[in-house]
Amino acid sequence: MTVAAATNEHLASISNVLIYSSMAVYTLAFFAYIAEWLFGSRSKVGRTAAALTDRPEARRTAGAPAVTVKKAGGTAVLERPEVVVRSAAGARDVPDGPGAHGGDEQGDLYGRIAISLTVLAFLVELAGVVARAASVQRAPWGNMYEFNITFSTVAVGVYLVLLALRKNVRWLGLFLTTTVLLDLGLAVTVLYTASDQLVPALHSYWLYIHVSTAILCGAVFYVGAVATILYLFKDAYENKLAGGGKPGTFADSVLDRLPAAASLDKFAYRVNAAVFPLWTFTIIAGAIWAGDAWGRYWGWDPKETWSFITWVAYAGYLHARATAGWKGRKAAYLALIAFGCWLFNYYGVNIFVSGKHSYAGV
Amino acid sequence: MSKTTAPDGPRDQELGEAGSQLSTVPEESSPGGPTLGVIGWLRWFWRQLTSMRVALLLLLLLALAAIPGSLIPQTGTDITKVAEFRKDHPTLSPAYDRLGLFHVYSSVWFSAIYILLFVSLIGCIVPRTWQFVGQLRGRPPGAPKRLTRLPAYTTWRTGAEPEEVREAALALLKRKRFRAHLAGDAVAAEKGYLREVGNLAFHMALIVMLVAFAWGQLFKSEGNKLLVEGNGFSDTLIDYDDFKSGNLFTTDDLTPFSFTLDEFTGTYETSGPNKGTARTFEAALTYAEGAYGKDRKTVVRVNHPLEIGDSKVYLTAHGYAPVVTVRDGKGDVVFSGPVPLLPLDSNVTSSGVIKVLDGYRDAQGATDQLGIKAFLLPTYVAGNEVSSSFPALLNPVLNLEPYHGDLGVDSGIPQSVYKLDKSHMKGFEDDKGRQLRKNLRPGQTMELPDGAGSVTYEGTKEWANFQITQQPGSGWALVGALGAIFGLAGSLFIQRRRVWVRAVRGDDGVTVVEMAGLGRSESAKVPEELGELAGTLYDQAPGVAEPDDDPSDVSVPAEGAEQQ
Ligand code: HEM
Repeated sequence: MTVAAATNEHLASISNVLIYSSMAVYTLAFFAYIAEWLFGSRSKVGRTAAALTDRPEARRTAGAPAVTVKKAGGTAVLERPEVVVRSAAGARDVPDGPGAHGGDEQGDLYGRIAISLTVLAFLVELAGVVARAASVQRAPWGNMYEFNITFSTVAVGVYLVLLALRKNVRWLGLFLTTTVLLDLGLAVTVLYTASDQLVPALHSYWLYIHVSTAILCGAVFYVGAVATILYLFKDAYENKLAGGGKPGTFADSVLDRLPAAASLDKFAYRVNAAVFPLWTFTIIAGAIWAGDAWGRYWGWDPKETWSFITWVAYAGYLHARATAGWKGRKAAYLALIAFGCWLFNYYGVNIFVSGKHSYAGV
Repeated sequence: MSKTTAPDGPRDQELGEAGSQLSTVPEESSPGGPTLGVIGWLRWFWRQLTSMRVALLLLLLLALAAIPGSLIPQTGTDITKVAEFRKDHPTLSPAYDRLGLFHVYSSVWFSAIYILLFVSLIGCIVPRTWQFVGQLRGRPPGAPKRLTRLPAYTTWRTGAEPEEVREAALALLKRKRFRAHLAGDAVAAEKGYLREVGNLAFHMALIVMLVAFAWGQLFKSEGNKLLVEGNGFSDTLIDYDDFKSGNLFTTDDLTPFSFTLDEFTGTYETSGPNKGTARTFEAALTYAEGAYGKDRKTVVRVNHPLEIGDSKVYLTAHGYAPVVTVRDGKGDVVFSGPVPLLPLDSNVTSSGVIKVLDGYRDAQGATDQLGIKAFLLPTYVAGNEVSSSFPALLNPVLNLEPYHGDLGVDSGIPQSVYKLDKSHMKGFEDDKGRQLRKNLRPGQTMELPDGAGSVTYEGTKEWANFQITQQPGSGWALVGALGAIFGLAGSLFIQRRRVWVRAVRGDDGVTVVEMAGLGRSESAKVPEELGELAGTLYDQAPGVAEPDDDPSDVSVPAEGAEQQ
């Protein structure tokens, strides 16, 4: 017993070292992303402005739509018919920005370094989470400290998976590492809890199902929220340009390099919509577990209530997108409110409201 | 604003029939007020209620209305907290009471919101279902005049006959599980109806869930019973320590069964940083179904309730019950048995009161009552006198502090069995005139001063608390929940889209093939899929050289195809 306990303590301290190391590497990645943005600012392309001001008729007259052309079926079939893609009438044909490096070679290099560092930091952090799990011999989701480190690992994981799938998400890097550093800083200072066993109420395979999906949903919702915020900025920027206004140099430089507002909006929608069924499942799994553990599947416990509120808010967001007069910015605000509910459910309810879900360990 | 629009607005006018009914989203009714009398008003109200806009507002309202219940203590979850809140906020509480803020989720206004929402939901689902059935029975709309206007478009010239191409296209689309038919000079096809099925299924599943939940609330029951090892319980109202039930519940609904707690076992980590953390809690039971059922054995654990008929028996708490024997001034036994104590911390330091109400006589033979404060350390370690050092019974010490006088239990004010109201009690004193207090180990006896009797600590039993619940309708709630998930997945992951293939003979006698695709939103998938279809069809109707073109020119203006 004592030998096992000693290795557990040993593993727990290894985990701590790994988490701190990952923070160091994330910090390096953060600076590399900054460098990418800085070098990128050297190239002033002003694509958005060009698209919006040089060809105003592209926007207004539905009769002369902009046309882009895509090759069908890959590269080898040159002789095959090409598919012409046309955006909807009334849509703004703003091209996606080139990304943080703005086409600058050195910026691109720093961006690649930043991504490599992010991958490294992710692996180190993942090892830290695994060591923590091994030290407590259970899933590392017993208290807020563990929840936080797992959460940021998964959020970065989601980002890297999207990158690996060749989705246009590289622009997320800086915003993600910044918040991951905040999240980890909070975890190691305020939320730190020595590794500890679970109370019997948490001994259930539903823990694995319910909590793992909750973390994944949170991470994906988070990515969606970042995209939504950027959408709001970019949309305001495009509106200003379209109205003949002159945005500040900073906005000009930064926002111009982001994808078009329409792309950001679509990305945010896809991400949120894709994870909404999983969030529904998470709540239902929680209800089944509550039924086993507490004798009722739904009891309006604060945690349950806020999961419900979050769910209804996201349902509202999805509805808004199908409702005339609510698409676009209004729907985006709803998405942010919904994510705010998710955040409050996590931090607010754990810290300020007492209920049956008293695993916070703070 | 930027748009990732469904086919409405300008595009709809442009495409006419082709873009219509690609979903069953209700049309926005004009905000203009009603004009015609009562019926007109009703119709207007109904149309408003079942519009997407109002559904959205009701959803947001529901989220908003759920908030106060999570911040203000609720009678449904924690009555003691509500009582505390009332004491701390004497002016606020009456106002809260009037607004139903102590039971938000059963308050009039909360109910009003979700009932309106569900009326709206039903009012929305029914017409949408009919509309969808209509779409299923009809056929995909024919090709619009100008296919070039569609979001994805391709064209080529081929030596094959137009009829041949159309037939090949029809076969191809059918093979790809499109619903396709020939309409004039073009094939019209549509796919992804499951999206609408999923969406309707999801919204119907919500109704199933709500009904199941309401049913469960009306017919539920929930009670608690604390049992010391060796004691039993039978499922009748009087046998519960406390009991709550839904409005339509009657005692006939109780499942007849009984059980006895044979043994409670708790095991704990004995070393390491997690020393003292609970490993297992198990209650071994003997139970019988019905009034004369056969005895059966089972083990109830946290997260693993015992299910008997509609009822579930949960293990919710445990603690220790020292067995004590109290003798009075004449040496007669006036109390003997286990006294459940309330655990105070994770090492199960426990406290409670031994109350002797009747039969006790003091040294002079006068009737009196005894109240003995009891404090148990399951594991006493020298140096730590105030709390237990481990949750298991390794070295139990029972600290007793006896009082006599009027326990006040007859005064009508409900009293906790774990607390001693000392207002009419007097402490027994030791030789030095201080409150008598003594630590006992199992088997030891404390003598009360001046021959007032004695208290013996015989040993320790464990107790377990059981929650017995009945919640009918949970099976239906689960069915609804699963339906909702699958419906949602269908609704969100399946794209509904249309494809048209037109093949006509051009002015120069060469067949011109045009293909176009339309989805609900501008998805990258629609052009991709169109490309694949075109590729396959192209193999069956290979291209011939363009009359006057430059093959490297990729940005063919959309009108190019029409001129041929
Ligand atoms: C109980 C409350 C409701 C909830 C939780 C809810 C939830 C949802 C969700 C999550 C979606 C997303 C699926 C998608 O985007 O395809 C959706 C779609 C939809 N809902 Fe609801 N809904 C509710 C009530 C209503 C009501 C009352 C109506 C009728 C006005 C309605 C009409 C629709 C329609 C037409 C869609 C499809 C939108 C589309 O195809 O994009 N819903 N609903």
